[in-house]
Amino acid sequence: MLEQKAFLSGNEAVAAAVRLARPHVIAAYPITPQTTVIERLAEMVEEQSLKAEYLHVESEHSALSACIGASAVGARTFTASSSQGLLYMAECLHYASGGRFPVVMMNANRSLALPWNIYGDQRDSLSLLDCGWIQAYAEDAQESFDLIIQAYAIAEHPDVLTPMMINLDGFVITHTYELVSLPAQQDVDAFLPPFQTTNKMDLDHPMSLGFTAGPAFNQSFKQLQHLAMMAAVTVIDEVEARFRQFFGRHYPGLLETMHCNDAEFILVTLGSVAGTVRPVIEKLRSLGERVGFVRIRYMRPFPDAEIRKALAGSKAVGVLEKDISFGFEGTVFTNVNSALMRTKVVPPRLRNFIGGLGGKDIAAADIEQIFERMKSTDDGESVEFI
Amino acid sequence: MNHPIRQNSFKPPKDLAEYPVGTAFPSGHLVETNASWRSHRPIIDALRCSKCLICWLLCPDGVIHSSKQGGLEIDYDYCKGCGICARECRQKAVTMEKEGL
Repeated sequence: MLEQKAFLSGNEAVAAAVRLARPHVIAAYPITPQTTVIERLAEMVEEQSLKAEYLHVESEHSALSACIGASAVGARTFTASSSQGLLYMAECLHYASGGRFPVVMMNANRSLALPWNIYGDQRDSLSLLDCGWIQAYAEDAQESFDLIIQAYAIAEHPDVLTPMMINLDGFVITHTYELVSLPAQQDVDAFLPPFQTTNKMDLDHPMSLGFTAGPAFNQSFKQLQHLAMMAAVTVIDEVEARFRQFFGRHYPGLLETMHCNDAEFILVTLGSVAGTVRPVIEKLRSLGERVGFVRIRYMRPFPDAEIRKALAGSKAVGVLEKDISFGFEGTVFTNVNSALMRTKVVPPRLRNFIGGLGGKDIAAADIEQIFERMKSTDDGESVEFI
Repeated sequence: MNHPIRQNSFKPPKDLAEYPVGTAFPSGHLVETNASWRSHRPIIDALRCSKCLICWLLCPDGVIHSSKQGGLEIDYDYCKGCGICARECRQKAVTMEKEGL
């Protein structure tokens, strides 16, 4: 295998992966901290190292609409956005998933106004969990790169045909430089054959696309969308196994666990903050504390059974997330709790920690404090801001 | 001059397995007529018609086409009765007759 290593930011790693995936059409509108992804892609198209149509659009709504249109003639497509831009795409997100167009999008997780802020939290993508897109959350630049390559294989799989959003924490991943392994084009070509679908405009087999379905038929289309998303659970495993054969890197499916087997106190989180949590876990373990860690990699499809298995037997579970559903609790916490309610033995204490909003730093000391709070048996607040 | 023809053979899907993937279905599969609001019906006088096809060109619904007999005919399942064909016909071969008489 001909592999290169390069010193890349998360955004540059995404652009490099997109080039290797050979999309036909790229349509995107710049927004901090996503901008450098589409700047690199524009340069690649300009220098013809990437043979794609690069569409200059006037908004994010148009960017995703253009990708949907291109996907509807059988093209492989890519777009990227963030924050306000992602929310401006909201209407089209449902068009893409309902039409079963496997668009791949990179989202740079960023705070939502007001107050205006360009730094990272996950309120943008987590507020759009219900739009029918597969949602993955990367921890670093290499995983961002690998997820883009895997995303096309997952989204375009005939059992899935569902668009996919790869989330990178704004600045922490998008603008941090790391050493990234880049596979050779011929290996990516072998891993990722060209997109094939019958769900497209075709002169030889004319199709009506994007039609109406009234009350008698509409729900069945939605049920099929749900089944396709559930089918992605198996497809993700298959794609990761094949990815390992091709490129050597192993990914653990919908979630990753660390020291969960005998853990009494388990912290659940997602995204780049995992990099802060890992050394804290190792430190507390070296002090004899039975702590564990779960990193959710996919929020949709949700790791329902995997969460139950990972958290079984623990005394306390804490969910740390960079979002809040005002008036209740964090969305990740709601999802984790819902999965746990389907098990016979729910961990006795469940705590929700909200942090990192608008880019607020989460330090190792904060993680240690979270584990202290998890040991406490007081009822406390239902949601604790750190 | 191909045009969609109403298909009486359409069978709605009985279960999920019969649904298409996404909103994609073979084109031209018309299952409903759409002409109920027509107040006046265009009638082509075959003797006056020179087959210049200006009506075919201008019909906004594409419902005028060649008949097997060689003249032009109108698909009344989809004609809305707008009267553009009658107004534009240079031979005055199209007349609008009130519906329901």
